[in-house]
Amino acid sequence: MRLKFIEEKIAKGFMIIASLAVFAFVVNIIYTIFRRGIPALNWAMISQIPAGGYYNGGGGGILNAIVGSLYIVLCSTILGLLISIPVVFYLNVYLKKDSRLAYIARLAFDVLFGIPSIVYGAFAFTIMIYLGMHTSLGGGILVITLLIIPIFIRSMDEVAQQLPKDLLDSTYALGATKLETIKVVLRQIAPGIATATLLSVGRAIGDAAGVMFTAGFTDSIPTSLNQPAATLPLSVFFQLSSPNADVQDRAYSAALILIFIVLVISILGRLITNYFSKHKI
Amino acid sequence: MSSNSSYRILKNKIAGGLMFSITVFSVLLVVLIGLGLYLKSVPIFEHNSFWHLIKSSEWRPGNNQFGFLPFIAGTLWITLIAVILALPIALLSALFLTEFSKSYLKKWVFTALDILAGIPSVVYGVWGTLFIVPWISEKLAPHFVEYSTGYTVLAGGIVLGVMILPLLISLFVEIFSAVPREFRDASLSLGATKWQTSKHVILRKTFPGILAAVALALSRAFGETIAVLMVCGNLPLLPHSLFDSCYPLPALIANNYGEMLSVPLYESALMLAAFLLFIVVFIFNASSRAVIYRIERKFK
Repeated sequence: MRLKFIEEKIAKGFMIIASLAVFAFVVNIIYTIFRRGIPALNWAMISQIPAGGYYNGGGGGILNAIVGSLYIVLCSTILGLLISIPVVFYLNVYLKKDSRLAYIARLAFDVLFGIPSIVYGAFAFTIMIYLGMHTSLGGGILVITLLIIPIFIRSMDEVAQQLPKDLLDSTYALGATKLETIKVVLRQIAPGIATATLLSVGRAIGDAAGVMFTAGFTDSIPTSLNQPAATLPLSVFFQLSSPNADVQDRAYSAALILIFIVLVISILGRLITNYFSKHKI
Repeated sequence: MSSNSSYRILKNKIAGGLMFSITVFSVLLVVLIGLGLYLKSVPIFEHNSFWHLIKSSEWRPGNNQFGFLPFIAGTLWITLIAVILALPIALLSALFLTEFSKSYLKKWVFTALDILAGIPSVVYGVWGTLFIVPWISEKLAPHFVEYSTGYTVLAGGIVLGVMILPLLISLFVEIFSAVPREFRDASLSLGATKWQTSKHVILRKTFPGILAAVALALSRAFGETIAVLMVCGNLPLLPHSLFDSCYPLPALIANNYGEMLSVPLYESALMLAAFLLFIVVFIFNASSRAVIYRIERKFK
């Protein structure tokens, strides 16, 4: 009789340890990056592009990578939203609940969601070669858009599936066409859109394997879609592979900048999500 | 009035057609990616049979020898270690979150999980080189082998394990929460403790779901590139112990994209690597998603 209570205590102990382990990993990762990243961090890092001999310890910073990453993230997020909102709307309003197409489409997006970014990169690269394109900002935007569309669709769809049927029925009763209900639907899935955007931006800014093939790397800031673009993760990666200790230290600072941007986005995202939730029934 | 409403209906239809085509096209993307990678990897089959490529461990692109065994073995090793390390932690903390914890505790753990899920893989790689690799080479490896650089199978496995934790836990929480309240109440009212309920009711009822979640995490781990590239050592040799270097498939693709155009068949070999990843991920994802759908529908 007593045994089961002892077992309960032990099991609970292990569970608490496991949950604490999750915390420990987060704290350890952030602490490790901050400790090594802070010393080499300075204003030049985020305000200048690499000067000559930067990768041998020369002056300059990684503004090229910061701007490149922001360009790619911004453009692909907008493109991704433009493509995925119609898809989610179609799946949930135009198609019936038990539609075969909707089932297959959801399964396909789940599969697309799981495809590693290196595979997207390789695929986009073959297409770019086929089209005669070189590594460029446009290529990077293309592959990141492909990468985040499934994230957008999956997380918006999760919210859209909770749409009350009565709400749609009442708009139809007022004479609205299916297309016109979009005004009501968009307001309802607004928090979903915000969360999805947050997730996608996080994934987009942190992705290295996809842009490696397609966006390339450069020391200057791209001025058109045809020019190669540097990205933050690749900047961290390349600096870390340098044998020069100073450059490696800068890689840690670049990682710190990257993690800082990601954390800021996730905090902002949380605030925005709360704000958008106010129309939710 | 009637012309106005027929205009609105027309607009509705056109928009519907447009959205239908976007939807179908994005579904076709799966097929396109698979087909594209397959067509690109076909040339290598003209010189080598598929089984030979899989079984051989000779990797000399200059001599047209492409043996994928070391890379496949490397990928399998680190993925396996990652799952073995992450699974108990994920199961226990997901049970804790759904069955035991208070809601304010939940909030904290979920925040930690969100951060963990949001950390870019390159940062995991940096963390691996700064923390895990030195720990293995200085503290752990000396107990077992004479010398290890730390850039090992084990380092890749640990880093990957931490990376798949948030995915596993959130899937488990989702699955456990799908079990109806009545199941728990019935078990508790028979005098079972919460742990007995978790063990005999929750875990048993959701077993297929747990398998499916693990398959999803596996497929995520298979494709992880930059972090494992940074901590695995990247030697194209068959690893014999946890303290040997290895060279996972995604790292192979990422490391050689620059040179691959100069050697004939090299590109094709790398595309075959990408195609293998695609196929594995496709099978794992499609089947486990189908299982999860079924579970969620069963309990609804």
